[in-house]
Amino acid sequence: MSTQAVPAAPAQPSASAASPGHNAPARKRSVWGLVAWVVGLLFVFPALWMVFLSFHSESDAASNPPKFTAPLTLAGYRDFFNSGQSPWPSLANSATASVCSTVLVLLLAIPAAYALSIRPVKKWTDVMFFFLSTKMLPAVAGLLPIYLIAKNAHLLDNVWLLVVIYASMNLPIAVWMMRSFLAEVPVEMLEAAAIDGARLPTIMTRIIAPVAMPGIAATSLICFIFSWNELLFAKVLTAVVAQTSPVFLTGFITSQGLFLAKVCAAATIISLPVLVAGFAAQDKLVQGLSLGAVK
Amino acid sequence: MTVIDTPPTTAPTADLPAPAGLRKTSDWARRAPLMPALIFMFIITQLPFVATLVISFVRWNALRPDLGKHFTGLSNYQAVLSDPDFRSSIIFTVILTVTVVVVSLFLGLLLALLLDKPFRGRGIVRTMLIAPFLIVPIASALLWKHALLNPVYGLFNGILTGIWKIFGSDNPPQPDWVTEHPRLSVEMALIWQWTPFMMLILLAGLQSRPADAIEAANMDGASSWQMFRFLTLPHLRQYLELGGLLGSIYVVQNFDAVFTITSGGQGTANLPYSIYNIFFTAHDYGQASAAGVIVVIGSIIIATFALRVVSSLFQEEGR
Repeated sequence: MSTQAVPAAPAQPSASAASPGHNAPARKRSVWGLVAWVVGLLFVFPALWMVFLSFHSESDAASNPPKFTAPLTLAGYRDFFNSGQSPWPSLANSATASVCSTVLVLLLAIPAAYALSIRPVKKWTDVMFFFLSTKMLPAVAGLLPIYLIAKNAHLLDNVWLLVVIYASMNLPIAVWMMRSFLAEVPVEMLEAAAIDGARLPTIMTRIIAPVAMPGIAATSLICFIFSWNELLFAKVLTAVVAQTSPVFLTGFITSQGLFLAKVCAAATIISLPVLVAGFAAQDKLVQGLSLGAVK
Repeated sequence: MTVIDTPPTTAPTADLPAPAGLRKTSDWARRAPLMPALIFMFIITQLPFVATLVISFVRWNALRPDLGKHFTGLSNYQAVLSDPDFRSSIIFTVILTVTVVVVSLFLGLLLALLLDKPFRGRGIVRTMLIAPFLIVPIASALLWKHALLNPVYGLFNGILTGIWKIFGSDNPPQPDWVTEHPRLSVEMALIWQWTPFMMLILLAGLQSRPADAIEAANMDGASSWQMFRFLTLPHLRQYLELGGLLGSIYVVQNFDAVFTITSGGQGTANLPYSIYNIFFTAHDYGQASAAGVIVVIGSIIIATFALRVVSSLFQEEGR
């Protein structure tokens, strides 16, 4: 049970009357609420600005001082999709790498988490820490040998290589997350079911799956986000055919005349899947990012 | 109330007599589901490190095949460690990591405290605050470089122009942020990105405070500062540590922001960027590997502390 305060907001006004803060008058509370709103808006402003600029014409986007009332247009998006190199292949590669590596991670992580929680192996904590320790070594140190092996095996510029690499990057996170979910499977029910002669598939679908499904969903979203975001390995290991969206974005690093609206459109489009996945998983985000240590 | 998951649910199974259906399984049957993941991790993450270690002792420059590949002892380490650029990248990595982690922990704590109290639209504000963390890192770096910090049409200078205009001046300061303050530029972009992460972890910590202790302190008429200092802060300690250490692990490895905003220029090359450079621009595989090994040793030192913290959280769940 993780109790995050997310969508509970609409229910709050009634709670504020009965909450223990009886010495904090309502006015003080609403002042702090106002402060939180101001800070929140300030914080999100650069992101909103990016989206806002992406709907401007290039000359309006590049104006100084900024124009807040310039007419909105889709020109930036048209420019991004239609002029120069098409972003579609890189978006497709990113989708392939992220989705397939997430599936691979789940295939490996779920049985592993089962062997670390429901029927734990001896010294299961040591295994957990082995997984965690791989996450703490800087990936860049393994970059060269992976590059050399890929080069000799003719796997450079191949999206399936990224699938494997991303799976190894995310597997520790997935094992830790899935274990913390599977640890909540009621063991007494498992035992009772086994005594009643229930078969393994029945136990899986009736007892384990209901607890595991939200965990699988959250784990997938986190793994998807990390794979989608990755730049360093994609930059080194891919070229023309298998380049992913972040590599595509490196083309915008140097300025190219009037291109601000196009950059903002590109950044918005490529961030969109992560924003959707992240907002969908926001109550599980903490758990994933802390490798399941905090719920 | 839930903070941390509880292995007690699993631990008892070891002591209890296993039910008939489960008893017959041997140790190997228990281990079997674990093996694919373990073997996969070992091959993909451990073997390359061994290769890195070996190559770090070899003279191997891909641009100079005439020199051949042969064992050179520690000379790659000597070359890397005596390179002033590499030494400066070690120092900048430490500066960058400490600055980003400390500032975003502090801001994250303030935001978490704001969000801990109920107010109208709290869910919306929380969602807004998470957004910076959910922008693809290189997209966020591009946003900072072009849309915010650009000297000609960036938002920051645009706002300065606007403010100066209000006071009737046509001569506003228009700093070239990335050139004049390259380190600050990278740090700002990363702090913006990492503060939500810290806020989320600390908010989870705040919401797991024992309600009865707060109630009791309220009854005793404790001031909010006293509550914060003697109740909240001690409780948050392990969450602050966890956020700090996880943040360090990720920020130490940052590549996107440095690569995008400054391309490692003007003293902003950090370790991942330097290694990428030695490897990809200089094509000196031996030195790149030696640099990699040095970074791994540094990370092991940090990771030992990190593991201790995580493991204390881990044991806490058992209570």
